Amino acid sequence: MAAPPTSQVGAAAWARQNLFSSVSNTLTTVVIALALAYLIPAILQWAITDAVLTLKPSAESWWGYEFAPNAEVCRTAAGACWDFIAEKIRVFTFGLYPQEEQWRPTAMILLLVAMIAISVNSRFHNRWLLVAWAAAAAVMFILMQGGVLGLPLVETDKWGGLPVTLIIAVVGIVFSFPLAILLALGRQSDLPIIKTVCIAFIEIVRGVPLITILFMASLMIPLFLPEGVNFNKLVRALVAFTLFAAAYVAEVIRGGLQALPKGQFEAADAMGMSYWQKTGLIILPQALKLVIPPTMNTFIGLFKDTTLIIMISMFDFLGAVRLASNDTVWRPFYVEGLVFAAIVYFIMCYAMAAYARHLEHKLDTGHRS
Amino acid sequence: MVQAQAAAARPPKRSRSFYDKEVQAVVWQVVFLAIVLGIGYYLYSNMQANLARQNVSTGFDYLRRESGFGIGESWIQYSPAASYSRALLVGFLNTIAVAIVGVVLATLIGISIGVASLSRNWLVRQVTGVYIHFLRNIPVLLQIILWHTLITNERFLPLPRDFLAEDGPSPILGGLYLTRRGLFFPSFEPHIGWLGALAGLIIGVLVAWMIARWADRRMAETGEQFPAFWAGVGAVVACAAIGWLVMGAPTAVSYPEVGRFRVSGGATITPEFMAVLFGLTVYTSAFIAEIVRAGILAVPKGQIEAGRSLGLRESVIMRKVILPQALRVIIPPLTSQYLNLTKNSSLAVAVGYPDLVSVSNTTLNQTGQAPEAILIMMAVYLTTSIVTSVLMNWYNSRIQLVER
Repeated sequence: MAAPPTSQVGAAAWARQNLFSSVSNTLTTVVIALALAYLIPAILQWAITDAVLTLKPSAESWWGYEFAPNAEVCRTAAGACWDFIAEKIRVFTFGLYPQEEQWRPTAMILLLVAMIAISVNSRFHNRWLLVAWAAAAAVMFILMQGGVLGLPLVETDKWGGLPVTLIIAVVGIVFSFPLAILLALGRQSDLPIIKTVCIAFIEIVRGVPLITILFMASLMIPLFLPEGVNFNKLVRALVAFTLFAAAYVAEVIRGGLQALPKGQFEAADAMGMSYWQKTGLIILPQALKLVIPPTMNTFIGLFKDTTLIIMISMFDFLGAVRLASNDTVWRPFYVEGLVFAAIVYFIMCYAMAAYARHLEHKLDTGHRS
Repeated sequence: MVQAQAAAARPPKRSRSFYDKEVQAVVWQVVFLAIVLGIGYYLYSNMQANLARQNVSTGFDYLRRESGFGIGESWIQYSPAASYSRALLVGFLNTIAVAIVGVVLATLIGISIGVASLSRNWLVRQVTGVYIHFLRNIPVLLQIILWHTLITNERFLPLPRDFLAEDGPSPILGGLYLTRRGLFFPSFEPHIGWLGALAGLIIGVLVAWMIARWADRRMAETGEQFPAFWAGVGAVVACAAIGWLVMGAPTAVSYPEVGRFRVSGGATITPEFMAVLFGLTVYTSAFIAEIVRAGILAVPKGQIEAGRSLGLRESVIMRKVILPQALRVIIPPLTSQYLNLTKNSSLAVAVGYPDLVSVSNTTLNQTGQAPEAILIMMAVYLTTSIVTSVLMNWYNSRIQLVER
């Protein structure tokens, strides 16, 4: 008599199919489970059990405690020293921005987050959004720079931390986009001189590391300008980053232009449209829709690349963490600062990637070739 | 040229107006070119004037002057008395070294993780998924700095001299010293015999390649199989062993000796090299894993089922059915990952690894000749990028499906 068939449902069946389906599979499961059983407790012990985060009771605080960072306690502990982050969180976030004015970058970040939250909602996708962004950009600039409306002037070399990361990323991406469209169109153009110049620009920028372009901007722009004229360091970094981003985004847009069926171009020609009518009304609306998901991925890459501006001694978020660790008292706990920075960058990039996947799903109307 | 010929072919009487498409094309291009050249000339003349005012000489003569600075690690003879051009060469070789090792390791790890992420084992899928998503969303510069800090931080690794203490740590496997100053390990004493072995190895690879081609041809003609893989391995090992024997069969090993102040003997991997290598490898491997995964998923399921119904083993299906087809999808994005890794190796300057950017930067600060230094840097990276993409495009065109 044959044995009854094994169960196909329930936790045991699931485990049999997914973890223990064969000898080698079982072996793999056991080895990985053992490795995780060693690693996860070790990490938790370092990060939580043995870690130091000094608190003291406080009547003024809304949660009854306040942070009381103590480097001496950290030095004797076996685990992580989160006191370093509690002590330096202002430096991490705002760099060298004067402490009594730090409500301004805070307001700027909140405004930016609010604008992004509004922009990802497709209900608000109309031309008022552009007006709102222009107005918000002006408000953000006035908040950061000051010098008017009774706000004390804060020079850009004092800017740092999260606002600088966000400014470089947002400004670089926003300004690079129109430039990228022109470069992509130029590369696909029938006019040989324009095509050659666009190809040369795109390929040279993509062929060299961002760091050389940043060096070029920080050292060469002062040489390129006539005597007495100069931009500050932030503007130079923005110019470099925008040009760099444009070359990468241009290649993505070119992909969209090439993916369009030839009939679309021919139909527009047959209607007697001019080049700009054809491009603006027929080609770009379709091509740009196709490239939204890959463009988002490029933007995530560019966001991670903003960290490179620390190489021309500017202080973005990573730069501010580095700056904070120069304090000799806290020097040994640089690792914790970097781990914290890694978590912050991870959350931001992962959120963008999740939004990109959402867009990809939403825009996939099945029309693609 | 093209337009001129087209115009010549037309009937001569045709009148030309400014609104003619071809006339406009020429006019706009001339205007565009004039603007580009004008801006270029303006910037260049400003630069000349600024450099003249700062009394900085231009030109590449400085490359022959004595550099006067030391470099921590080098693959060729170098001292502060050597010229700037030699210093730049040292930097370039360091860049190439970390890029090549990084590309090889990232490819191996990336392929393993990518294949594993499609495993039937739930636990393997979860672990590889966390690896991929976590590591590709953290900036590579941060990863490099984090590795460097982990290695050099006094809380995690010992100093070499700690090994001297009674209650100090003991070396891994009896000869590996992992310290804040780097990894010290035993190595063979330099000897001409090792060059012989290397030459034998290269000849062996060529022989193995010929065996593989012969075996393929024979199988296509007669259907008879030949264990080409193991024969190839045998040929490589045999040729290397012959080269080693003929040139004197050296066996002398140098062990690292930990002293009070320095470690002598053996070989060293510096913390800077390790940090850059780990950072680049781990970050890039996460991207390669995702590319490999997508490439394998792009192979139609019917191909695998057809392989199974022919009675092929799973490993043969992977090697002969899935991978050749997946490679066509994988190679182009893999090329751009290799280029990214090479370009990202410029971040080595952040932890003080003496790569091309780091050496150029020192050169630039010493001589003030910024335009030349930046030009050299860009030209070298551009050339490296172009060479890599040419090689990879050649390989890509070889494996593409040949259609009618």
